[in-house]
Amino acid sequence: MTAIEKRLLVNKIVLGLSSLSALIGIGFLFWILYVLVANGIDAINWNIFVFEGAPPGYEESGLRQALIGQLILVGVATAVGVPLGILAGTYLSEYGQKSKLAEIIRDISDIMMSAPSIVIGSFVYAIIVLPMGHFSGWAGVVALAIIMIPIILRTTDDMLQLVPSTLREAAFALGAPKYKVIMQVVYRGAKAGVLTGVLLGIARVGGETAPLLFTSFNDNFLNYDLSEPMASLTVTMFNYATSPYEDWQKMGWAAAFILSMFILGLNILGRLILLKKKGR
Amino acid sequence: MTLLIDKLFANATRFVAVAILLLVAWIFTVLFQHSTEAIAAFGFDFILQDKWAPNLEKFGGFAAIAGSVISTFLAMLFAVPVAIGVAIFLSEIAPAKLKSPVGVSIELLAAIPSVIYGMWGLFYFVPIIRDVFGGLGIGMLTAGIILAIMILPFMAAVTRDAMNTTPDILKESAYALGATKWDVIKDVVIPYAKAGIIGSLILALGRAVGETMAVTFVMGNVHKISLDITAPATSIPVTLANEFTEADTDLYFSSLFELALILMVMSFVIIALAKFYFLRRTRKVK
Repeated sequence: MTAIEKRLLVNKIVLGLSSLSALIGIGFLFWILYVLVANGIDAINWNIFVFEGAPPGYEESGLRQALIGQLILVGVATAVGVPLGILAGTYLSEYGQKSKLAEIIRDISDIMMSAPSIVIGSFVYAIIVLPMGHFSGWAGVVALAIIMIPIILRTTDDMLQLVPSTLREAAFALGAPKYKVIMQVVYRGAKAGVLTGVLLGIARVGGETAPLLFTSFNDNFLNYDLSEPMASLTVTMFNYATSPYEDWQKMGWAAAFILSMFILGLNILGRLILLKKKGR
Repeated sequence: MTLLIDKLFANATRFVAVAILLLVAWIFTVLFQHSTEAIAAFGFDFILQDKWAPNLEKFGGFAAIAGSVISTFLAMLFAVPVAIGVAIFLSEIAPAKLKSPVGVSIELLAAIPSVIYGMWGLFYFVPIIRDVFGGLGIGMLTAGIILAIMILPFMAAVTRDAMNTTPDILKESAYALGATKWDVIKDVVIPYAKAGIIGSLILALGRAVGETMAVTFVMGNVHKISLDITAPATSIPVTLANEFTEADTDLYFSSLFELALILMVMSFVIIALAKFYFLRRTRKVK
C-alpha cells in the first residue's frame, strides 16, 4: 500500500467513524424523544387536567395541582428574576462596560450559570426553609430565580451590546438623559434578543427538579398559597416515576410529555424570534 | 428631576449587578456555616472515610465524592469521542442540507430536562444493562452512560462552534496542498479550535459533576465503594437529592451541607478553569 492509499484509507475510516458517532448520538436522542411521545400520548387523558393527585389505584387521579403549581412557581420566579437580570445586564452593557467590576460580574455569572442546581437548592433550604421551619413555594421561587438571573443577565448584556452606539449617540445629541436613551432606544433595539433570552431562561428553569426537591417540596392537592409547600410537574414526575405503582408511573410519563413539549416549544419560539430579527 | 431619575436608574442597575456578586459569596458562606458542625466532628476524615451510617451518627463523604468522580470520568470516557465525532460531522462532513436540521435537533435535545433523561434511563436503559451485564442494572456504569448521553449534545454543539471558527482560507490552503479531509481536520481544524474544544469538554465535565436528576434515578444511592461498576453506588448530588428531606439530626444535615459545599467548590474550580483558561479567547467571537 502506498503512502497515499494509506492516507486515503485512514481518511475514509475516520470520516466513517465520525458519521457513525453522529448517527449514534442522534439515535439515542431520537430514542428518548420517541419514548416520551409514545408513552406521553398513551398516558394523557382529560382526567389529568381536572383531578388532583390521588393514591394509586384511583381512577380519578390527575396532575392538576402539579400543572398549576408549576405555572405559579415558574411564573413568579420569572417575575422576580427577569427584571433583576435585565437591570444587572443593563449595568454591564451600559454603565460598567469594560470596567474591572463589570468583567468580574460577567465571569461570576458565567460560573453561576453552570453551578449545580442542587447546591442552589441546599442554599435556599438553609436561608428560607430552615428559618421558616417548613417547605414553601416561596423557597422554590427563590431557588428558580437564582438560577434564572445569570442567564437573563448574560443575554441582556450581549444583546444590548449589539445595539449600534450611533443610535445612542443620536439620542444623546437630542439632549435625552441616559436612562431615557436606555429605556427608549437601547431596550427597543434589543427587544427581540432580550425576549429570546427570557424565553430560554424560562425553559431552563421550567425543567429544574433538584432545587425544588427540598424547597417547594411537593403537595398532592391544589394550592395557591406560596407560603405552603407546592407541587411542581418535575418533582411530581420524579416521585411518580420512582414509585412502584403502574398507574402512577403512567402519570409520570404524562407529566414528562407535557413538560418537554412546553420546554421544546419555548426553545423553538425563542429561536424563531431571533431568526426573524436576523432576517429583517 | 430628570437628573435624579437618571442617577436612581444608574444606581439601581449597579446595585443589582453587585448583588449578584454578593449572592455568590453568600452561597459559599451559608454552605460553610452549615458545614461547620460536620467539619468540627470529623475534620479532614470526612473526605477520606467512606462509612456513612446515619443511625450511628457517622458520616464520611468518600463514597459520594469518589462516586461523583468515577461517574463523571465514565461519562467523559463515553461522551468525548462521540461528541467530537458529531462535531466533526456537523462542521466538516455533513452536506449543507443536513447541517442545520441535525445541528438544531442536537441543540434542542440539550434543552430536554435532566429528570426526563433519568426517567428514560430507569425504564428503558436499566433493563438493557441488566440483561447484558447482570446485576440490578442500577449503578455506576448506567449512571455514566446516561450522563454521557446528557452532556453529549451540549459538548457537540460547543465543539462544533469552536471548529466553525476556523478560517476557510486555512482549510483551502491545506486542501490545495493535497491534504485529505482528515488531514485538514487533524492538522488545521483541531489545532485551530483546540482551546475552544478543551474548554467545552471541561464545561461539560462541570455539568456532569453537578448533574443530579439524570443519575438519581439510576445510581442506587448505596454508600459503598465497589470495584464493580455495575453495582449500585452513590455520588454527591444523588446523596443530596435522596437524603436531604430525610435528615433528622443536626450532624446529618451538617454533613449533607458539607457535601454540597464540596460539590460547589468542585464545580466552581472546574468551570472557572474552562472559562478563564480555555474559553476566554473564543468568548467574544460568537
